[in-house]
Amino acid sequence: MIAAAFTDFMQQVVSGLASGGIYALLALALVIIHRSTGVINFAQGEMATLSAYIAWALIVHHSWSYWPAFAATLVISFFGGIGIHTAIIRPVESGSVLRIVIVTIGLLVAINGFVVWQWSGEPQQLQSPFGTEVYDVGGVVVAAHDIGTITVALGIVLLLGALFRFTKVGLALRAAAVNPEEARLVGVRVSWMLGLGWGLAALLGGVAGMLTAPTVGLDPNMMAAVLIYSFAAAVLGGIDSPIGAVVGGLLIGVLLNMLSFLSQYGMFDWFTEELRLPMALLIILAVLLIRPQGILGRPEVKRV
Amino acid sequence: MTPREQRIFGFAVFAAFVVFVFVLPQFISDFRARDYAYVGIYLIALLGLNILTGYTGQISLGHGAFMAIGGYTTAILMAGNEQFGGPVPSGMQDIWTLPIAGLVAGLFGLAFGLPALRLSGLYLALATFAVAVAMPSTVKRFEEYTGGGEGIQLFGLPELTGSNAVAPADPNAPATFELLGLTFTQNDWMYYLAWSIALGAFAGAWLILRGRTGRAFRAVRDSETAAVSSGVSLARYKTLAFGISAAYAGVAGGLFAIASAFVNPDTFPVALSIFLLVGIVVGGLGGLSGLVVGAIFVAFLPLWAQGQDLGSLLPDSVIQGDTVSIPILGDFLFKGTSAPGGPAIVYGIVLILLMFVLPNGVGGLFRRIGQVITNRRYSRSK
Repeated sequence: MIAAAFTDFMQQVVSGLASGGIYALLALALVIIHRSTGVINFAQGEMATLSAYIAWALIVHHSWSYWPAFAATLVISFFGGIGIHTAIIRPVESGSVLRIVIVTIGLLVAINGFVVWQWSGEPQQLQSPFGTEVYDVGGVVVAAHDIGTITVALGIVLLLGALFRFTKVGLALRAAAVNPEEARLVGVRVSWMLGLGWGLAALLGGVAGMLTAPTVGLDPNMMAAVLIYSFAAAVLGGIDSPIGAVVGGLLIGVLLNMLSFLSQYGMFDWFTEELRLPMALLIILAVLLIRPQGILGRPEVKRV
Repeated sequence: MTPREQRIFGFAVFAAFVVFVFVLPQFISDFRARDYAYVGIYLIALLGLNILTGYTGQISLGHGAFMAIGGYTTAILMAGNEQFGGPVPSGMQDIWTLPIAGLVAGLFGLAFGLPALRLSGLYLALATFAVAVAMPSTVKRFEEYTGGGEGIQLFGLPELTGSNAVAPADPNAPATFELLGLTFTQNDWMYYLAWSIALGAFAGAWLILRGRTGRAFRAVRDSETAAVSSGVSLARYKTLAFGISAAYAGVAGGLFAIASAFVNPDTFPVALSIFLLVGIVVGGLGGLSGLVVGAIFVAFLPLWAQGQDLGSLLPDSVIQGDTVSIPILGDFLFKGTSAPGGPAIVYGIVLILLMFVLPNGVGGLFRRIGQVITNRRYSRSK
């Protein structure tokens, strides 16, 4: 009985980490955009969905093999992100918060509509880059795809950390985000850097989309709930901290599965699957109220 | 214009608008009256949201959730939830549920206003967005109160005013019923009910905003620091704004439930919350009269984006049965916009373009035109 419960527990932890990896990737995208442009991008989930559909269309309609399609999708997403920033975000960036919110929401609605319009709302199947093998580790089922997802999330945060810390572009990105005026004075092309931030975020979103689709099925609305979990992850980890986003994502994934696990064993028996999204909302509220800077973020200091 | 003249002018315009609203059903078909009833309902919700966002500076992307609270309050009081195993018996007449819907939603608003005190700008947008997204699954979780995903059916209930309407001798004419010695069709009744409350809500919002409270709201919006140092209590006025705003949304939600004669979690989707925010931005933040345009935008743009004819915006007598079809973005895209997803593309693009072209909404445009006219007057008199 105890052993069975323990296996069950480990199973929930593993699948929590797997879905947490997805939340972490999208949360990373949100964090990068927020860090570089101070915008919370409500269209991030739809951008990821669009990327996943592009990969699917290349593979299914144009019979590309997986990895070239994967790479091409990342390139398209990257330049698409830069394009979106230049054409749509930059004109309103300096305006009121409300304008930015509405523009990113307009983008969300338009991209969602475009996906349905182009590829219909029918759910599709996108293959996993890591194959369909399933390992049995002492009774706990671990899918290769899940291991791959977590590894990719951790790998990307290391790469990003290196990019920000050790490269000139990374330094320029940080400078443009922290103090655009002075960065411009020392020769940083601030608007290019902001565009680059959007490009990177779109690329990360693309990875998240292509890794989400194999587990939940490719569907125009597949990222809607993921976006909320990723918001929660980004807020929990600290909205400006890339490492925080990954930690937050994994924590949220595990935490929600823990609640399911405990409710099966009689604790928190009020918890049902329908309450997953409301729980994410509660986490967002609780973090913003108790520790607005998140676990790993720095408190925001406002000059009056 | 002196302030006094301005006020008299304002009253005159409002009176003219009231008259217009009350005679409009004479000129439009019975069917259209229901479309315009929804405009009135949206106007109520927009008035509330504008008190919060336009006047107090607190963004809410979750007002659809407050409408849902009002809608469910109304539906539960009318139909009861004993059939799902809940405690509330049926039997309250629809219009009497509306004040309770407003009250319940208002209390939820006050409760949400407390944590929201610590959030500002984008974070508040994010938290309220999460509220809107989480609402449908919360409704489904508490099935014994809300009927879960099936929702609550109100159609044909005796509690629904006008459900006893009888068909007249002429088979083409709509069914009518008597109330207070007047004869209504169901659609006309809905129109008059929605607009009576909307006009009352408009006057109420004007009264709230013109005095001390409104001044405090605007002070909070313009600079929290300055407001505090002038003795305005941030906590008090921000939660108050949330409460009032949610109460407006609750009444609108209750009316929405009555007008649709049905509620389920999809009656109040995330898109509704988005539409409402868009409505006040189009109508112009921090102004009341532009909101009528905002409400028309909220009610008709989704239809228009579906490639519907413009006729649904105009009185029948104007187009006399001919449909005026407007091709959207041309037909250069081979699929056309009536394919699934097409309307959403148009809607999203219109939203983005609006933010580029009219950052202060239609209300801002009105104000700017007004400024140009008054400036000219002043410069002439010099």
